[in-house]
Amino acid sequence: MNKPTKYQRVAYYPGCALEGTGHAYNRSTKALGAELGLELDEVKNWNCCGAMEVKNIDPKVQTYLSSRVMSIAANQMQASVVMAPCNGCYHNLKKAEHDLAHDADSRAVVERISNKAGHQTYQAGQVETIHALDWIKDGVGEDELKRRVKNSLKGLKVANYYGCMYTRPRHIFPEKDQGPGSESTSQPHFMDDLLAAAGAENVDFPLKTACCGGAHTLSDSDTSTKLVLNILRAAEAAGADVIATECPTCHSGLEMHQVRAEKALGQKTKVKMLYFTQLLGIALGVSPRKLGVHENVSDGLEVLKEKGLL
Amino acid sequence: MRESLLGEAESVLEEWLRARGEVPTSEKSEGFRLLALHRQGARGVPSFNACRETCREIAYHYNLLGESDEKAKYREDMMGLLVEHLKLFVRGKLEVEGLGDFCCSSRPLRLESGAAKAEKLHG
Repeated sequence: MNKPTKYQRVAYYPGCALEGTGHAYNRSTKALGAELGLELDEVKNWNCCGAMEVKNIDPKVQTYLSSRVMSIAANQMQASVVMAPCNGCYHNLKKAEHDLAHDADSRAVVERISNKAGHQTYQAGQVETIHALDWIKDGVGEDELKRRVKNSLKGLKVANYYGCMYTRPRHIFPEKDQGPGSESTSQPHFMDDLLAAAGAENVDFPLKTACCGGAHTLSDSDTSTKLVLNILRAAEAAGADVIATECPTCHSGLEMHQVRAEKALGQKTKVKMLYFTQLLGIALGVSPRKLGVHENVSDGLEVLKEKGLL
Repeated sequence: MRESLLGEAESVLEEWLRARGEVPTSEKSEGFRLLALHRQGARGVPSFNACRETCREIAYHYNLLGESDEKAKYREDMMGLLVEHLKLFVRGKLEVEGLGDFCCSSRPLRLESGAAKAEKLHG
């Protein structure tokens, strides 16, 4: 089955962040899918992917938690593709997939816990895990997107920020770096491609995969604030009106530390943050409310109005 | 200016390596000592790769600054921001040295009682 057909209907794993700080991402992902005729079947009774906390105490329990999500998708929903819009979830599911394919100990632990929990054990290769960027890029493509644009993002300068989890570590993403058409781990471009198709002007942004300090946001807020401030300054220096994001942790980190940088360090930056799903939705003529733009901390409406997009 | 920024970036990584009790390499990778230092610094610490692209971008901007054009000032500023980012990242890593793999500060829990917890959980 080719990708456009395979990605037409996918098992959707929103993950915990999209029910909290990343609610606007959840909303805009669903609205964008509906607009593009792509179907999302939410994974039934999904659990946390193991994120950072579990992974750092016992990585194999994290592998199990992620495997349970994939097991439900494969064995209860008969899905062949799981789409995770959060970089953390996407990363953890891919990591679990890799561990289960290459590590006998991980397989044994997952089997033991799955038996205890009373569900079928996930076997590596049963599903393909993809990110929301793959979903749109390979499920719809730039040509079709261009055809559907009603409200071109022309004149909007965008710095595409991928964060560091989307492509790292390279070995858990065997489908990347496969030449033309595939994503690059050193210079990711899927978001750039999609937003360019929607008419946006992507700026050259050297910190597109730099660390935002997301994981240290509570334990070492000052370092996180400085890292974010540096990213915001680089985006502004590159001439960006907005930073497009594709991860709820990065997005909320950029928004909150932008506020904190002004309060704690007296450093004000003006660049706004919007999820790429919100920007694509705007280009397709979906209302900002349906895309949850009003839920963002950073006031994206202002810049969209300024650019004549609303 | 590009030389001094590159030197600054190298000294940031040297600091990281020395803190880990290693002797910073004098070798080059792809023409840059910075990239060789990064490779050395990430050995055994996969999370250090979170600054791999930052180092590569520094090298890229260094090369761009070799060509004189009207954007030189902008490129210099950008390279400065990249070096600043590397500095902040490594400083954060140094502060939590022995405490975390970048993604969490709970390493002591894992090191001290991880084995016991795993035993209990996995039966």
